[in-house]
Amino acid sequence: MSSLPLPDAPHASFAPSRRGLLLGQAASLVVGGTRAAFAQLPGERRLVVILLRGALDGLHAVPPYGDPGLAELRGRLALPEPGQEGGALDLGGRFGLHPALANLHALYRANEALVLHAVAGPYRSRSHFEAQDLLEGGAADRLTSGWLNRAIQALPNPPEARVGLAVGTGVPLLLRGSAPVGAYAPPGLQQPAAELIYRLAELQKADPQLAGPFAEGMRARGFAAQTLGAPTNEPDRGSFPRLAAAAGRLMSERSGPRVAVLEIGGWDTHAGQAGRIIGPLRALDDGLGQLKTALGDHWARTAVLVVTEFGRTARMNGNQGTDHGTGGVAFLLGGAVAGGRVQADWPGLSGEGLLENRDLRPTRDLRSLAKGLLRDHLRLPERAVAEAFPGSAAVAPLPGLLRA
Amino acid sequence: MSVKSQTAVIRFGLGLRLGESVPADPIAWLQGQLAQAGAPPDGPTVEQALRARTEQQAMRQAEAAAQAAATPPSAPAAPPPPGPQPGPLTDMTRAENLAWATRRLTAEQPFRERLVDFWMNHFTVSRRNGAAAAIVGCLERDAIRPHVTGRFADMLVAVTTHPAMLIYLDNAASVGPNSPIGLRQRRGLNENLAREVLELHSLSPAGGYTQGDVQELARILTGLSVAGQQEPFGFVWRPQTHEPGEKSLLGRRFGEGQEQISAALRFLGSHPATYRHLAVKLARHFVADQPPPEAVRAVQQALQASEGDLGAACRALIALPQAWDPPLGKLRTPQDHVLAACRAVGLPPERADMVIGGLAALGQPLWNAPQPNGWGDVAAEWSGPEALMRRVDWMYTLAGRIGRVEPAAAVEAGLGPFAKAETVAAMRGAGSVRDAVTLMLASPEFMHR
Repeated sequence: MSSLPLPDAPHASFAPSRRGLLLGQAASLVVGGTRAAFAQLPGERRLVVILLRGALDGLHAVPPYGDPGLAELRGRLALPEPGQEGGALDLGGRFGLHPALANLHALYRANEALVLHAVAGPYRSRSHFEAQDLLEGGAADRLTSGWLNRAIQALPNPPEARVGLAVGTGVPLLLRGSAPVGAYAPPGLQQPAAELIYRLAELQKADPQLAGPFAEGMRARGFAAQTLGAPTNEPDRGSFPRLAAAAGRLMSERSGPRVAVLEIGGWDTHAGQAGRIIGPLRALDDGLGQLKTALGDHWARTAVLVVTEFGRTARMNGNQGTDHGTGGVAFLLGGAVAGGRVQADWPGLSGEGLLENRDLRPTRDLRSLAKGLLRDHLRLPERAVAEAFPGSAAVAPLPGLLRA
Repeated sequence: MSVKSQTAVIRFGLGLRLGESVPADPIAWLQGQLAQAGAPPDGPTVEQALRARTEQQAMRQAEAAAQAAATPPSAPAAPPPPGPQPGPLTDMTRAENLAWATRRLTAEQPFRERLVDFWMNHFTVSRRNGAAAAIVGCLERDAIRPHVTGRFADMLVAVTTHPAMLIYLDNAASVGPNSPIGLRQRRGLNENLAREVLELHSLSPAGGYTQGDVQELARILTGLSVAGQQEPFGFVWRPQTHEPGEKSLLGRRFGEGQEQISAALRFLGSHPATYRHLAVKLARHFVADQPPPEAVRAVQQALQASEGDLGAACRALIALPQAWDPPLGKLRTPQDHVLAACRAVGLPPERADMVIGGLAALGQPLWNAPQPNGWGDVAAEWSGPEALMRRVDWMYTLAGRIGRVEPAAAVEAGLGPFAKAETVAAMRGAGSVRDAVTLMLASPEFMHR
């Protein structure tokens, strides 16, 4: 794979726009020519990672209805087969999709969604918190930075450019690290005049812990306020679809971020799963639709990776729910994705297929998927991909994820 | 005003309230709070709260039925009005919130209140779970507050058998597969509570338990249940769902019945790995995000020597030189920041609603942690760029809503000897009292404790 050819100095005729001033150094992303020329650069590619916190049940979201073991394991949790009332949406004969994921199904039919089944990270922890940290950290041990931040550091952009964006007030571990990152949440409070903010920034400068994020917060504010308009009081403003739409709008800006991380919870369905999973699935699906709409033409250059920390038990538990398991499902979607298929080295749900006679046995390492994206979508050199996932030499990047 | 007195007030307490003086003897001030608890707060019982919740649900159902009868079938259903629905539970929740905030705004034993909040976070029950939401305050009054200077094993038993926890982590519906009901209805175990007791509440993964231990503890805990929507509106022991036979937890055997549940929990609550886990968390809260090993060791030894006496652990913390020097080593969480700010500007108790709104605005709404591991206790969790901007907005909003405050008095209460010359100079040069107070409340030194 070739690395990204990007000029290392701003073009002499570069004229800063108002947005450019608000953005500070991030404006230097616009280098070396006109907007049209810039759009031809590989630097127009966009990556969104959606973290499903709480462990999505892959066998419920993407039921392998062609597997004879499914009905016995799942009991009342099993969805009707495609074609029946309330049945799964068909994914080509062996697998189905939960009917709440209609947007995702439309993307699949448009060859813009790839479903990966029986996947898991390299860890075998059934603890949410440990597994989430390992998923985001990208190594066998807990790290203080995330694989995506380490990958961003390796992007051949100017170092101050704000290429990453965490939507929501906190910054997830996946994006923590030394590469500067912005975060956005719709504000609903009174805001002091800029002058008072500058005075406070002077005070924060002396604090090694707060100076950096405070300055970044100011830059993000100037940027975000213009793009997103005035704050509103709609009751759903914190909801996932709205955040997804906001992320899409920010990312479609010329100098906007190229990488975003979104989080959505509600997947820890230990009881009454069939009913409780519908809300989170609908929110996710609606968010995917909003993201695509907001990105507009940029959708063609976008890849969206949807991952969760682990799968859930293959068998229904005593409360029509499922407990913490191992293998699960991941989705890759976007206009840049070679989709329209389910990729799975299916282990089967009977006998040796089940790990420890309880979980879907994982047959593919999630890191191969992330590494394939970093190499073929963000065009990172092999060395940078390796740095994002230390100790993963034996896990090759998965080829063929992107359209040629 | 000594540095040590101010440190006692901001690190171990909730910050000084406008008009109060710092303690002359900070060690005696802290030890006095450990020795004797003040009057416990009043509040609804589990039974009252669950009854109110059931009544409110019945009101909603009756309204929906009346509306359905009054509208033709073809008409679209009217959306529910925005905001919380009126009813006895909504009133109770609002009163609970205000009582929580008022007690902390005016606390006479702020160290004890901090400990209560620390253990409430250790044993998180989140209001994001509908039925448990009604009784989180009961958990604090029934199971946490009585034990903050008592034995940890007692607290673990009280929390694990409390209806709030039994609902939140699904044990109320767990059924022993070989119990009479399990065999008849083909129902089974729910591992959720057992796993979090081992992982979060007691041993932690460093304790080396296995998936088999999680399942054995889940079997042990069967039978602990709750009647949430009918009499007796509270804890119930359901022997018909209790898994029969002997269980083996970490190599130790436990028999059937409620007493054996207590025995198993006491065994976990007094395990050396539990003491280690608690020592790390206490040292992280009171000393530093990365607590020095000798601080952790001192607290761990105090727990081990006293058989899990949390008062002894606190006295060991107070005795640690690292808990006092360097000062201001911990970034305040939004909850800490909001409470300290409201106390420093002397927010009157009748404006306690500002505190509750502030917690929500800054991303740490009361008893609403997203997951059972509770809110984070390290700076990286709370120092995101936009999170800091929102702190500034909220402090500015607060400074605009309080009455007249003398900035010099507020900075004396809030920061005392820790006020930096630059901050004081910026406050003097501010164009308004509101701006001056905002500069103090959003200064880097006030963001720390």
